Amino acid sequence: MISLLKSDFDKIVAHAKNELPNEACGLIAGTANGDDKEIKKVYLLTNTDHSNEHFSLDPKEQLEAIKDMRANGLSPLGNWHSHPETPSRPSEEDKRLAYDSRASYLILSLMDEDNPVINSFHIEKLISQKEDLIIK
Amino acid sequence: MKIIVAGETKEFKEGLTIAELIELEEVETPQYVTVSLNDEFVESGAFNNTALSDGDNVEFLYFMGGGR
Repeated sequence: MISLLKSDFDKIVAHAKNELPNEACGLIAGTANGDDKEIKKVYLLTNTDHSNEHFSLDPKEQLEAIKDMRANGLSPLGNWHSHPETPSRPSEEDKRLAYDSRASYLILSLMDEDNPVINSFHIEKLISQKEDLIIK
Repeated sequence: MKIIVAGETKEFKEGLTIAELIELEEVETPQYVTVSLNDEFVESGAFNNTALSDGDNVEFLYFMGGGR
């Protein structure tokens, strides 16, 4: 199970809408206890691809975010990105580029901009598994 | 010598290279990892030749990307 604060969900949605028509992306941090993860902070990073079909996180911003996580006693839990025109599920490219099996991968779909959908996935060896995501 | 790896201080032999550290730390899919040394990014081609020094701060960052 992974939990996300409603206020952080709103931040992700606002940033993703602001970046349209391109994909938006960022990192998630918090605490982990076995399979239970609690997201306590979300990071809104630059999509260096500036594309509506691809995203890459900026490594410099990634490093700054990691340092901020440490300073706040948080652990990196994974990342998030948006799908402006497709459903909230990992694409083949998402699965191929998911190199960290410990990470949770959150995908926000803005197919219906007024009704954004977010899901979390565990991805390992090209196989994705939906995680129980609670927004509270 | 002491090296800070991903925020944790650890003891290693003198002259340890980044490539050796990656192996010792059992970094998953190392070919897709970016390494920063004291906040500077190190080209992957230099991992074998870059020796670490006492007090160095190393971070491993996974490339994170995807597409629709």
